Amino acid sequence: MAETKFEKALECLEKIVDDLESGSLSLDDSLKAYEEGVKLVKMCSKKLNEAEKKIEILTKEEGKLVTKPFLAEED
Amino acid sequence: MPNKDAKVYTVSEINRRINDVLTDSFMSVWIEGEISNYKKHPISGHTYLTLKDEKAQLSSVIFKGAGERVKFEIKDGLKVLCFGKIGVYQVQGKYQLYIEKVEPQGYGALQLAFEQLKEKLEKEGLFKEERKKPIPLLPRKIGLVTSSSGAAIKDILNSIDRRFSNVHIILNPVRVQGEGAALEIARAVEEFNRLKGIDVLIIGRGGGSLEDLWAFNEEVVARAIFASEIPVISAVGHQKDYLISDFTADVRAATPTKAAELVIGAKSELSEKLLNYSRRLVTGLRQCLQKLEKDFSSLARSRFFKDPRELVRQKQQQLDGITNYFAKAFLHFIQLKKSDFKAHCAKLDVLSPLAVLGRGYSIVRGRTTDRVIKSVKDVTKGDILETTLSDGKFSSVVEEICDG
Repeated sequence: MAETKFEKALECLEKIVDDLESGSLSLDDSLKAYEEGVKLVKMCSKKLNEAEKKIEILTKEEGKLVTKPFLAEED
Repeated sequence: MPNKDAKVYTVSEINRRINDVLTDSFMSVWIEGEISNYKKHPISGHTYLTLKDEKAQLSSVIFKGAGERVKFEIKDGLKVLCFGKIGVYQVQGKYQLYIEKVEPQGYGALQLAFEQLKEKLEKEGLFKEERKKPIPLLPRKIGLVTSSSGAAIKDILNSIDRRFSNVHIILNPVRVQGEGAALEIARAVEEFNRLKGIDVLIIGRGGGSLEDLWAFNEEVVARAIFASEIPVISAVGHQKDYLISDFTADVRAATPTKAAELVIGAKSELSEKLLNYSRRLVTGLRQCLQKLEKDFSSLARSRFFKDPRELVRQKQQQLDGITNYFAKAFLHFIQLKKSDFKAHCAKLDVLSPLAVLGRGYSIVRGRTTDRVIKSVKDVTKGDILETTLSDGKFSSVVEEICDG
């Protein structure tokens, strides 16, 4: 879900940038487009950076799959 | 009759003796031949076949345990080199070869097994391009199927550290070589599919000999990859040639590090793209504003803004033209209507009763009723009537009424 949202946002952003660069927008529309574009950039970079670094290991406890933090074995 | 000292054997005894003699002499032999009458017993799991050359045949058997160690598919017509011992199947008094090892001739056993499985799975459509799933642009959770202490996990963690990537990795530890490794790998893929929320799987290990990597060439792994709803990247280190898992996976990476880069690399690429977009937004807006400003100033320089009265004058002139035209048109219209009116008047004259009166006729009306008298029945004696002539009127009284 979030994935398609992200991709849609990216698509919208591309269109807005193209429109702005074409120079055919009125003053009002160009300001609106800019505002919308900035909003999308913010949203996308938030999505991009929201995941935290996490390394886990999958184990089985009483037949159920559970994840636990994984510590890499040292040489 | 046998001599008194002669030894008399039972059938079982003699078969057993023959067996001992044969086995002693042919304890470990290599025999080459072509397989025919191949048959695997469904219950015992033993395999029966006949080895043959142009002139002779040899009954052979592969017991279940030895059969399980054969990696490739045994079938009729295959030229093989067998290792084993000769013994007697005492129930039937038939000597046969008990095969312990089989190797295909002209081929490595593993190579043949690989070719056979590849052909089979390809026919079934497991490698088809159109069923390959795309790797998501921004995977949140990455499932890893590899050994918890091998080179693959180290390489992947290293490349994540190097790129300071915020990713969520879940390792499902498996053995990546040896007996049972393939089954563990297949099971791990299934478990990730049950876990939900995993966006992409990487299955792999570091490089090694063909034997070491064999698990990734096994059917059970290929089937698990094919059945996975999560896109799978196959990443076995530094192989020149593709493995079955590479063919079946949605994407093949040459090494585990490459697989990690494929998954997190997309992320840094996206960051870069976003940065680029935000730069272009600013320059785009600036360009837009510059263009609008330019349009505005060229407009401001136009004649109209320099001398607005000029436009008023022009409009006035235009208006004068229109007024003239309209006045002319109106006069013409009036003239047209005038002549129409005259024509109508002439017609009216012809029809007017007044014209008839001029010829000596008159119109009689009752004075009180003001109705035109058309019959003697309309009047009674003493009525006052009003007669209209062409040049005036007079009144008269009815004195006498006669029917005509």
